[in-house]
Amino acid sequence: MRPLKTLRRLYDEESQVVITEKGSPPRVLFSGEDFLLEDLPIGTRVIYARPPLEGVPNPKAAVRWAINHPEGMDPLHALLRPGMKVTVALDDISLPLPPMKTPDARQIILEIVLELLADSGVDDVHLIIANSLHRRMTEAEMRRMVGEKIFKAFYPNRYYNHDAEDPDGLVELERTSHGEVVAINRRAAESDLLIYVNINLVPMDGGHKSVGTGLANYESLRAHHNPATIRQSESYMEPSRSALHKSSDRIGRVIDHHLKVFHIETAINNRMFDGQLSFLGKKEEDYTEFDRLKLQSIRYMLSKMPRAAKRKLLMSVPAPYEVIGVHAGATEPTHEKTLELCWKQYSVPVEGQADIAVFGIPYISPYNVNSILNPLLLQVMGLGYFFNLNRGVPLVKKGGVLILCHPAYDEFDPEQHPSYIEFFNRLLPETRDAIVLEHKYEREFATNPSYVHLYRKGNAYHGAHPFYMWYWGENGRQHVGKVIVAGAENNHVPEILGWERTDTLAEAIDSARGFIGRSAQISLVHTPPILQTDVRI
Amino acid sequence: MSNGVRAHSKAAFYDVDGTLVKTNIVHTYGYYAMNRGSLLGIAARTVSALASVPVFAALDAVDRKIFNEFFYRYYAGLSEDRLLTLAEEMFEDLVKPAIFPKARDLIEEARRSGCKIVLVTGALDFTVRPLVDYLGADDLIANKMQFVGGVATGKVIPPIIEGANKANAIRDYCVREKLALDKSHAYSDSGSDYAMLAIVGRPTAVNPDIRLRALARAYQWPILDLR
Repeated sequence: MRPLKTLRRLYDEESQVVITEKGSPPRVLFSGEDFLLEDLPIGTRVIYARPPLEGVPNPKAAVRWAINHPEGMDPLHALLRPGMKVTVALDDISLPLPPMKTPDARQIILEIVLELLADSGVDDVHLIIANSLHRRMTEAEMRRMVGEKIFKAFYPNRYYNHDAEDPDGLVELERTSHGEVVAINRRAAESDLLIYVNINLVPMDGGHKSVGTGLANYESLRAHHNPATIRQSESYMEPSRSALHKSSDRIGRVIDHHLKVFHIETAINNRMFDGQLSFLGKKEEDYTEFDRLKLQSIRYMLSKMPRAAKRKLLMSVPAPYEVIGVHAGATEPTHEKTLELCWKQYSVPVEGQADIAVFGIPYISPYNVNSILNPLLLQVMGLGYFFNLNRGVPLVKKGGVLILCHPAYDEFDPEQHPSYIEFFNRLLPETRDAIVLEHKYEREFATNPSYVHLYRKGNAYHGAHPFYMWYWGENGRQHVGKVIVAGAENNHVPEILGWERTDTLAEAIDSARGFIGRSAQISLVHTPPILQTDVRI
Repeated sequence: MSNGVRAHSKAAFYDVDGTLVKTNIVHTYGYYAMNRGSLLGIAARTVSALASVPVFAALDAVDRKIFNEFFYRYYAGLSEDRLLTLAEEMFEDLVKPAIFPKARDLIEEARRSGCKIVLVTGALDFTVRPLVDYLGADDLIANKMQFVGGVATGKVIPPIIEGANKANAIRDYCVREKLALDKSHAYSDSGSDYAMLAIVGRPTAVNPDIRLRALARAYQWPILDLR
């Protein structure tokens, strides 16, 4: 074990940035369902997430306080009258990641809200999962999200997934000033009050995006889920600088004009691991000998398991997230408060951009809970999410290199991602140009009756969804000079994605230095837990 | 749209037995056998049909074409009027309750995407016609029985619609109707319809048997379950 004096010398305990020196410990990185332990070149900047903020001591009390002291609206109890029609919309399983320990924050909110509705004589209540074009949640997932009692009382007739392809299930409101289609779930539109229960993990979520996207259809999403809008968004994790959010806000304002929408938003901390895995939230300098032992044991165990078993094991570990704040009321003022908390938890100040940014890509993304992180999702994690987790200035310089650690296996889940399979194998070999893909194939996929059917009756993502995944990566693709996937187990997946591959991270760094120059500044973003770099130039 | 008739540029071709409907050709024949004329006739045909089951099964496993040819001989001697009447009754009694619950949704989804709806089946056209009307399909590709003097001969007018011929019929249909084969969809439950699935640009396996499931996995075709 290193003496305390040496450890103190190596990094500033207060800072979330560690510069590696001679004698620095190796870093732990996710690579799909495995952990890498890598020595990084001296001078590498390792960026860590902030420590988890303290959770509110009594989440139920926080919810009650929020709905009784809302932002820009009357308290919830004052909006209710006997016999009214109320719809409660909920964020789907894509939030938070990994799914949180029970009781889920949505259950905590629902237990209070549903009791209040019942006490106020409101019996016509439906719970709708605002899954937009995401897959339908399964019965077991729906049960886990709201708890047994609510599930039994509402499922299946009054607790169900939104169906964006139900010809009778959507209502088109007036268009926005920019001509954007505004279509939302009919039940929600025809309710006297719509309550939206949100979990905010990253600043991209929540606000007008909740209803305007979660309860919309393909035609409405086309307004902002397109390559042109993405290209105009400096970062879609920074709502004020995102054309995506501006479009979403215009749509949301039309909805707010027609409907009474009461938002209940929660912000959660970044405590992703506890128990035997809690060391993963530490800086490696702070590891105890016991932590190192646990890491080695986990790595050994994972190395002996088949991938499907590893996936199952990792997916079965829920995150001990804690609610750090609850805000309620009108869309915009409520979301502003939530964003403040999000920044406080996730934003990490960083001085200057990097020439080479390294990300360890984990086994999970918002779009593969209980499924496989397929090549298209690997792409969206690297070029879509991690690249964009910033406040307007990307961590990596224009023309820099992005290194992603992942096996890049050619595996797809035909139940959840059937359209991804065709997109990856048929369209990407033809072109990687997002604009061409959009114009030539998006509508065909979106209206393909097989994909529509699998979305509506199975548990598949919509036919248009793989396109959105590709568009999500558009800014990253336009910005970086090269993407190298370190540890890729095959040649063809990186090739189809337009990337390079190496066997190891060390080789990837060598290759990136060959591209940029020997003096290249290297930054490793140590995730999870996720963080958002606030780069100052 | 012109004169209320929608101009289609692509089609969705559906196999019927096992894909949209739980029944198969043997059920159909059984129904006719049971509903024929005298009690003696019923008994004779039922016994005959039952006795033939192992033969049918063996033939079906070996070659669907031989199976169909062999099978349709059992229609010989039945009058056309009677067959048409029975077709309506059979639809109500046997076929309608056996339509998979999600089959109508799938057809509606194809219609909304601008597909012409065409049923393709190895069954005889008059037996499927009520289903075509019920599902609102636009067209039917099916076998046609030869009638002489209003009585079925037991022979089917060639080419018999099955296996590779289903694919040929679909291709000819697309040429005739000016539909894009590469943008059209096909749906089937059976590995014996591989040719029909392979000829269109958008094949989908529906409630697939083991053989088709393996093929669909290998060729990365979507797999649906309408049951």
